[in-house]
Amino acid sequence: MDIVYLLVPLSVVLAFIIGGVFWWAVRRGQFEDLEGPAHRIIMDDDRPEQ
Amino acid sequence: MSSQNTYNYKVVRQFAVMTVVWGIVGMLVGVIIAAQLIWPDLNLAPWLSYGRLRPLHTNAVVFAFGGCGLFACSYYVVQRTSQVRLFSDALAAFTFWGWQLVIVLAAITLPLGYTTAKEYAELEWPVDILITLVWVAYAVVFFGTIAKRRVKHIYVANWFFGAFVLTIALLHVVNSAEIPVSFWKSYSAYAGVQDAMVQWWYGHNAVGFFLTAGFLGIMYYFIPKQAERPVYSYRLSVVHFWALIFTYMWAGPHHLQYTALPDWTQSLGMIFSLILLAPSWGGMINGVMTLSGAWHKLRTDPILKFLVTSLSFYGMSTFEGPMMSIKTVNALSHYTDWTIGHVHSGALGWVAMVTIGAIYYLIPRLFGRQEMHSVKLINLHFWVATIGVVLYIAAMWIAGVMQGLMWRAVNPDGTLTYTFAEVVKEMYPYYTVRLVGGLMFLSGMLIMAWNVWKTAAGQRAVDDAKIPDLALANA
Repeated sequence: MDIVYLLVPLSVVLAFIIGGVFWWAVRRGQFEDLEGPAHRIIMDDDRPEQ
Repeated sequence: MSSQNTYNYKVVRQFAVMTVVWGIVGMLVGVIIAAQLIWPDLNLAPWLSYGRLRPLHTNAVVFAFGGCGLFACSYYVVQRTSQVRLFSDALAAFTFWGWQLVIVLAAITLPLGYTTAKEYAELEWPVDILITLVWVAYAVVFFGTIAKRRVKHIYVANWFFGAFVLTIALLHVVNSAEIPVSFWKSYSAYAGVQDAMVQWWYGHNAVGFFLTAGFLGIMYYFIPKQAERPVYSYRLSVVHFWALIFTYMWAGPHHLQYTALPDWTQSLGMIFSLILLAPSWGGMINGVMTLSGAWHKLRTDPILKFLVTSLSFYGMSTFEGPMMSIKTVNALSHYTDWTIGHVHSGALGWVAMVTIGAIYYLIPRLFGRQEMHSVKLINLHFWVATIGVVLYIAAMWIAGVMQGLMWRAVNPDGTLTYTFAEVVKEMYPYYTVRLVGGLMFLSGMLIMAWNVWKTAAGQRAVDDAKIPDLALANA
């Protein structure tokens, strides 16, 4: 099962990358407003013009 | 035409139409192999034999039908929620034509018998390289569009699409590492149980990120849009995303319970599979509850019926999956048709239905119509498809449990009660019901194709959908 020496580190590295992206998102204020974005996509009118 | 004031609907439209086409092709092959299991005489020629058509079916429905649906929806959603045109029209066109070429090559090479014999990764190395190129272009277009977005917040659906694009790239590259010996033959870079472990690390995460994360992205955009209500809890959708991607990676070994894989790896796979139930159901409840206060819409809106029913099947199969990964349950279910039933409750009930709903949402918008040609036919499609899925999975549940029980039955003297062929013989009625269910699902797709044709025929393809003013975008 030498393959775990590839897959386990890969998963750990991946977890750190995901953690890094999460940290970036928090720092960039992605989660400051957790209500508005849900409403904003509803307000985007994508119906074709009559 | 490629003005930066308009959205790129062309590539969305191409992928949306091909979703319907490949759906019919892939499900037709599925119906053929279902019939072959009842009437083995239908294995008419080597290139029409079950062993070669089965990977063609899985590749066609997952990567051609599901893949085109994901391309179409992700390109639409990333543009509309970022309020910006796709990063590159040329690269987007390349992803369309490149992906169609991959599908056509699969449709030629698999019946000819060229295969790596790795499930869901059967395509030989030249096609694998083409897939990689298309996928890199996809990632550039998708993340390039995110990077130049005009809305500060990245909508949750895009997070799901982004995770799907990146993870599939990683999985594909690691699992498809192979040594070519000729143009259409290669050997895996891994051997024996190592190869099995990599294969199911790929296989399960492909299910997780291709067939789950990607389609959850579709769910988080199209259910709120079609219901005209914001998602029940946006906060929960964000938690759902991070919980899902942090816990998904190690569920793969549950495909290898009771094999040569070390026992601790099997148990680990089981535990992670059980943990997955929490984020999966969180997301399912979030999607369904979006309709709270608007349940009456389900009575009149068949597109919404498709979308919400898909979530019910998502909830069912994400409960069934962890349960089947429990070792004692797996001892009964492994290698039986229960697994096939489980896969189809996810693939037909969840993936296909959410895709169909999203495509019905998109087609009128891409062809400048207020709604589909016939809403009644969407309703008919919904019922034909739903009854088809229920017949399919109920037949496979009974068949699978019966197989499991008959295989393990022993006489007092320790010999097996039933021979393998006796068990096969018992399967006829259930395989027939499964064929009927599959035929119904396929006829639903034909109804859809007719409806799409009538909606699009004589219509002007919309290529001038204006991007709203920035002021409005940040309101």
